Amino acid sequence: MTELDTTTEQGARRVTRNTSGVPLLQVDNLSVDFPAPHQPGGVVHAVRGISYQVHEGEFLGIVGESGSGKSVSSMGVIGLLPSSARVRGSIKFRGEELVGKSDASMSSLRGREIAMIFQDPLSALTPVYNIGWQLTEGLKLHDRGLTDRAAQARAVELLRIVGIPSPERRLLSFPHEFSGGMRQRVMIAIAIANDPNLIIADEPTTALDVTIQAQILEVLQKAREITGAAVVLITHDLGVVAGNADRVAVMYAGKLVETGGVDDIFYHPAMPYTAGLLRSVPNMQTAGNQRLVPLEGNPPSLSNLPPGCPFEPRCPAAIDACRTAEPELLPVAGADTADRAAACIRSDEIVSGRLPVSEIFPRPEAQEIKRSRGAEPVIKVHDLVKHFPLTKGAVFRRRVGTVKAVDGVSFELAPGEVLGLVGESGCGKSTTVMEILELAKPQSGAVEINGVDVSELSNKDRLALRKEIQVVFQDPMAAIDPRFTVRDIVAEPMRVHNVPERQQSHKVAEMLELVGLDPATASRYPHEFSGGQRQRIEIARALTTDPKILVLDEPVSALDVSIQAGVINLLEDLRERLSLSYLFVAHDLAVVRQVADKLAVMYLGRIVEYGEAAKIFAEPKHPYTKALMSAVPIPDPEVERNRRRILLEGDLPSPVEDFVGCRFAGRCPLYLQLGEEQQKRCHAEDPQLHDAGGTSAACHYTDQHRLISG
Amino acid sequence: MLAYLVRRIINYLILTIIATLLAYILASYTLNPEARYLGRNPPLNQNSIHNILAGLGQDPSVPVIQRALTWFGNIIFHGDFGMMYNNQPVLHSIIVRSGISLQLLIVGTILGAFLGVVLGVWGAVRQYRASDQIVTALSFLVLATPAFVLGVLLMITATRFNAAVGHQVISFTGQYTPGLSGTGRILADRVSHLVLPSIALIMTGAASYSRYQRSVMLDVLASDFIRTARSKGRRRGSAMIRHGVRVALIPMSTFFAYNFGLLVTGSTFLETVFSWHGMGELALTSITNHDINGVSGSICYVAVLILIASTLSEVLYAALDPRVRV
Repeated sequence: MTELDTTTEQGARRVTRNTSGVPLLQVDNLSVDFPAPHQPGGVVHAVRGISYQVHEGEFLGIVGESGSGKSVSSMGVIGLLPSSARVRGSIKFRGEELVGKSDASMSSLRGREIAMIFQDPLSALTPVYNIGWQLTEGLKLHDRGLTDRAAQARAVELLRIVGIPSPERRLLSFPHEFSGGMRQRVMIAIAIANDPNLIIADEPTTALDVTIQAQILEVLQKAREITGAAVVLITHDLGVVAGNADRVAVMYAGKLVETGGVDDIFYHPAMPYTAGLLRSVPNMQTAGNQRLVPLEGNPPSLSNLPPGCPFEPRCPAAIDACRTAEPELLPVAGADTADRAAACIRSDEIVSGRLPVSEIFPRPEAQEIKRSRGAEPVIKVHDLVKHFPLTKGAVFRRRVGTVKAVDGVSFELAPGEVLGLVGESGCGKSTTVMEILELAKPQSGAVEINGVDVSELSNKDRLALRKEIQVVFQDPMAAIDPRFTVRDIVAEPMRVHNVPERQQSHKVAEMLELVGLDPATASRYPHEFSGGQRQRIEIARALTTDPKILVLDEPVSALDVSIQAGVINLLEDLRERLSLSYLFVAHDLAVVRQVADKLAVMYLGRIVEYGEAAKIFAEPKHPYTKALMSAVPIPDPEVERNRRRILLEGDLPSPVEDFVGCRFAGRCPLYLQLGEEQQKRCHAEDPQLHDAGGTSAACHYTDQHRLISG
Repeated sequence: MLAYLVRRIINYLILTIIATLLAYILASYTLNPEARYLGRNPPLNQNSIHNILAGLGQDPSVPVIQRALTWFGNIIFHGDFGMMYNNQPVLHSIIVRSGISLQLLIVGTILGAFLGVVLGVWGAVRQYRASDQIVTALSFLVLATPAFVLGVLLMITATRFNAAVGHQVISFTGQYTPGLSGTGRILADRVSHLVLPSIALIMTGAASYSRYQRSVMLDVLASDFIRTARSKGRRRGSAMIRHGVRVALIPMSTFFAYNFGLLVTGSTFLETVFSWHGMGELALTSITNHDINGVSGSICYVAVLILIASTLSEVLYAALDPRVRV
C-alpha cells in the first residue's frame, strides 16, 4: 500500500456487473474420482456432479471444509489435476469445452485466460529464479514476440500494481528475499500478468497473518478491478467470503449443497449445513456473549458414501426421507434468482420459517462462570526475556546478532481465568509459553507458578510442579505419537509421575469420558480418529495429572471450522467443571474473544496492550490492537460492507533489529496522523505499558487513539 | 562469496594435512619396510638395511611422530615427498601416474554424472512405468557388481565385439600401444584404450547418480512451484525441465563431492583390471612393498583430489542456489 490513506471503503469497491448472457465459466455435472486402492470402495469420489456458473466480472466464493472437494473442482477447471484423476462432466469456458483438452491447448489458455493463485506463497515460487524472470516468463509464454525490454517494463508495472516497493530493484530479487505476504503479492502479479478473464484463488490468505490477509484481499480486489476478471475465491473462512464475494457456493462431501447471493446465504440459509456452519463460527464482534453452536460429527468418507444425504448423520433436522436418497441441488422456493438453490428436502420449510434455524441448532445454555477473583495468581510472569544468538560460520562461530524473541514480557493469570495471548506469527507468543513450560530459570526476569519462583526449584520439585501445568499443542496430527494407542497416550503423563498401573486405566476411561470420547475406543490408534477427536485425546492427556493450569497453544487453529466450535465448548465446560486456568495462545481474535477473560496483545516480543478482554475488544487503545481487530474478517456481509479497515503497511520487522523508540512506529497508522513533534517522541522513547483508562497499553498517545478508527 | 570460498579452501587444506599426516603415521605402524630387505640372498647386513631405511627417513629407532614431522617438513620446505622403494622420487611418480589416472577419472566423472542426472530425471518423470522400473533394476545391478567384476565382464564383451567386427577396435590392456607413430594413429589408439575403463566408470557413476537424482526429482515434481509454472501456461514437460530439473540439481552438487571419493577408490581396481599404470597401481604396489612414503603420497593425492572436488561442489552449489550466495 503506497497510498497515504490507510483506510479504504470496502463498500465503494463493490461493482455491479451485468450477469446475463453466456456465462464465462459453465461447469456442468463435473465429477472427479481418484483411484484409492487402499480404501474401501477403491475410489475416492472427490467431486460428485457439481454444476455452477461464473459470469464476467463476478466474484464467486466457494466455501467448504477440507476434503469437501472445493480445491479439486477448481484444479479441474484449470486442468492441473494429477494424471491419476478421472474427470467427467463438462467445463465450458466461454462456450469452449475444457474437459478432454490436450495439455498443449490447455497451456495456451492457462495464464492467459484463466489464472490461478495458490495457498502457500512460500513454496509457490521457484526458488532459483528471480522475481523478474518468473514474472516475464508468463508474459513471454503467451506472447512470443515480446521483447525483453517490454516484458521488463510490464513486470515493473505489475509489481507496482500489487504494491511492492521499488519494483525496478525488486525484479532482481529472489523469492527467499521476500516475506510471505510479499510473495503472495508477486503471485497475484503473475496471475494478472496477461489480463486474464478468470482468476481462481485457492485459499490465497490461509497461510498468512490477519493483517497481511487484509492487505492481500485488498490487492486481490484491486487486481480484479484493473483486469475486470471474474474471481473464484476458494476458502474455508466465512468472514473472507462475506467481505468479498457477490455469490457464494457451499460445498459438502464433494457436492454443492447451497448456492446463492452472499446476503441470502448469510442471512437466510436454506440448507442445515450452511446454517450450522454459520452458527458455529465465532464472530469477532459478538463473540463471548453466547456459546457457540457445535456441529456434531465429522464429514463422511468420500470413498464409501452411504445412500441418502451425506450431511444426514450430522443433521439435527434429519427425517427418515433424508436417509433414502441424496437430495438434488434445486431452486429454493420463492427465490428471485435462478441460482438460489439448496440440496435439502426440507429447505422450503427452513426458508418459509416453519423450521427456524434456531430450532435446528439451538444455542447451548450460557454457562455461569464463577471466578475466584482476588486470589493469588497461578502464573506470574515478570519481565521475561528470551534472546537467541544469531551465529555465523561453521568453524569459528561468531555472534552476528540477537533475535529478541521475547523482550520483557509481564502478565498474570488468576485462578479460574482465561488469559488470551494474541499476536501475529513471529511475535514471540509461542516462545513465551515455552519459556514458562520450561520451569527453569529464565535468561532474565522471573516466572512464578502457584506462587513458587521456578528458578529456585529442585529437580524433584520441578517434576512435581509439572503435574500442575500441562499443555495442549496446535496440531493434533503431529503432536500425538501415531504408534501409541489412545490408552498409552492418555496414560503417559501418569507413567511419568509413577501412578500405579491399576489407577491408570481407571483414570484413562474417566478422562476419555470427560472429553466426550467413548472409553471403549482406548485400544485404538490415533489415525482412526478425526482431527477434532484427536484434539480431544490431547486434552484428555493433558488433564490426567489433574493440573490446575492448561497452556493451550493454538488449540483449534488446525481444526476445521465446524469442528472448532465443539472443541471450544468442551474447553469452556472443562474449565468450569475442573476450575482450570487457561493460558490461551491464538492468532484468531474471534476465538480469543469467545474464551478469554483477559487479553495480552503481543508485538515483536513485547506486550503492547493488556487488560480485561471485554474492555480491549470494546475499545482498543493501542493502534496495533486496533489494526489487528480491524483486519479480522467478520462473517456478516452487511457489517463487512460498512466497515472501514485499518490496513497496516508492510510486514512485521525482523526481531533482530534494534529499536530505540517504539517498535511499531514504522507501521503505525496513528503515527501518520501525528504532528512532527509528537512523531519525534515515537522514535526517541520506548513506550512502556501504562494505564490507559481501564486497560494498559504501550503507546505514548493512547489519549489520541480515536484518530484512527476501524 | 570469494572470501567464503577462500575460507572453505583453507578449511579443506587443514583437513588434507591432517589426513596425510594420519596416513603417514598409520602406514608407519602397519607397514614394515625392513621386510623388503630381509630374506635376500646373499643377505644384507643389518647395518646397510638400517642405512637404507634412514636414507628413506624410515629409521625404526626414531619415534614415528618425529619421522612424520620430518617427512612433512620436507614437503613444506623442499616440496620433497621422499623416495619410493624403487628409488624414484614419490612426487615424480605421482605426477606421471596421476596424468594417466586423471584422463580416466575426469571423463568418467563428468559423463557418469551427466548420464546419471538424465536417467534420474527420466525415471522420476516416468515413475513406476516400465522404463523407470528397468532403469531402476539395471542401476541396482550395476551398483551391486564390484568394479573388477564389471571390468572383466566388459572385457569379455569387448573381445566378442572385436571378434565380430574382425578388427581390434577396442583395446583393454594398458593405456596405449607402444611403438606407434603419427598423431592421428596415436590419438585413435589412446581413445581405443580409454573406452572400456571409461565405460565401467561411467556405469557405476551413472547408476548411483541416477538413484539419487530420481528421488530428489520426485520431491521437486510434487512442489507447488511446478504447479505455479503450469498455471502460467507452461506445458507439463517444459515446466518439469525449466523449473524442476534446475532445482533438483542443487542437492546433486553435494553428492558430487561425496561420489567423487568413491570413484577414486573404485578406479583403483579398474586400473588393475585394465593394467593401467596409474595412481591406483602406485598405491597398491606401495602397500605390497611396505613403502611408507609411497602410501602416504598416494593418500595425499586422493585427499587433494577430494579437496578440489569439494570446492568445486561448493562453487556449483552457490551457482545453482541463490539462497546460499553470500
